[in-house]
Amino acid sequence: MSIWEYANPKKFMQTSSWVLPWVTGLAVLTLLVGLVWGFFFTPDDFRQGSTVKIIYIHVPSAMMAINCWAMMLVTSLIWLVRRHHVSVLAAKAAAPIGMTMTLIALFTGAIWGQPMWGTWWAWDPRLTSFLILFLFYLGYIALWEAVEDPDTAADLTSVLCLVGSVFALLSRYAVLFWNQGLHQGASLSLDKEEHVADVFAWPLWVTMAGFVLLFVALVLLRTRTEIRARRLRALEARERMA
Amino acid sequence: MLALLLRDLRLATRAGGGFGLSLAFFLIVTVLVPFGVGPEGGTLARIAPGILWVGALLSCLLSLDRIFALDREDGSLDLLATAPIPLEGVVAVKAAAHWLTTGLPLTLAAPVLGVLLNLPEAAFSWLTLSLMLGTPALSMIGSFGAALTVGLKRGGLLLSLLVLPLYIPTLIFGAEAAKRGAEGLAAGTPLLMLAGITLGAVAILPFAAAAAIRVNLR
Repeated sequence: MSIWEYANPKKFMQTSSWVLPWVTGLAVLTLLVGLVWGFFFTPDDFRQGSTVKIIYIHVPSAMMAINCWAMMLVTSLIWLVRRHHVSVLAAKAAAPIGMTMTLIALFTGAIWGQPMWGTWWAWDPRLTSFLILFLFYLGYIALWEAVEDPDTAADLTSVLCLVGSVFALLSRYAVLFWNQGLHQGASLSLDKEEHVADVFAWPLWVTMAGFVLLFVALVLLRTRTEIRARRLRALEARERMA
Repeated sequence: MLALLLRDLRLATRAGGGFGLSLAFFLIVTVLVPFGVGPEGGTLARIAPGILWVGALLSCLLSLDRIFALDREDGSLDLLATAPIPLEGVVAVKAAAHWLTTGLPLTLAAPVLGVLLNLPEAAFSWLTLSLMLGTPALSMIGSFGAALTVGLKRGGLLLSLLVLPLYIPTLIFGAEAAKRGAEGLAAGTPLLMLAGITLGAVAILPFAAAAAIRVNLR
């Protein structure tokens, strides 16, 4: 078992068709449990009231928005180094999901910010870096759409992803320098003291796991779609030749 | 490589090269701003460093697609790719030529336009210095974007979409340095960061851009 076996689309399709229903089922289950637990079985916060429950969408989507880019970085690297076709298709499939997660984080953040901070939007470093991340996703997807030849597009977007990662990180720290923040620092941690009370934290961990599973399921599904679309194109090309 | 630099400079400055275009654009953007925000000297003075930086950045963007597109159309990019000099060097030289014909004139024009925007006296030297340090990064990042989109028919709009997010750190540190200079604060830190970005871009991006050109010429 190594990831190089899955460079063969046939092998990938076999395995993913077996894995996909399980991941989807688990994602639905954990999301249902986490969200229902979070929304209906936790008390209202003594200061924030029921708006605190936005956390169960906001935090997991923000986490996935960043991790999705990290995943695209790794898969792009694998493509550039080893010409692993499924890898780059997974990056292509993940980009719109990551962009959606970024948007969800931005919108839920705005909805949460309005009652808490009294404003929908502030040029806070965290908010700004997410907006910038959104722009990076936009550029990456636009480049995929613009280039016709699939291998050329894969190479160009991978290079863009590598360079973009450097600049996205740079922007992340540049905006810290540029403006003071309204947003709190990290509240959850695996090893440090947490700033979220246990009643809220447990369902949050569950929804976070749910978002990870949902992301994996969506990426698998979209990668399968990309592979099928590519097969279809090959078939059409063969038809025309004949 | 020197011959290539001279050739690019000559192409840019002679008729049809669009040498004055970005300068004229810079002028127009600066003239438009007071119409948009009102002519009060205080407001203008406060936003002048930022406006001049954004204006310089946009004018720089305007001429980016010329870096490789014309050479690709007439086939000289293929010749350059097979020439005995490394493609990375070609990219660096082309970025340098772009800077000499865009970034440097913009830097020199910025203080003059600063007069129009009521730029505080203390800011002139800082603005010029920050533009001098920052515009090479703009040219270098821009040629990376141009290399990515060189194979596309109408890549201009996509080029701006790709390049503008990459410009954000440069803009932040550049405008911050100019602003701090205007307010009489210490502007050393953002200037150093700006210089760091420029050096990093010059060191790394020629390789990325050359890789993109190789893909596009395949």
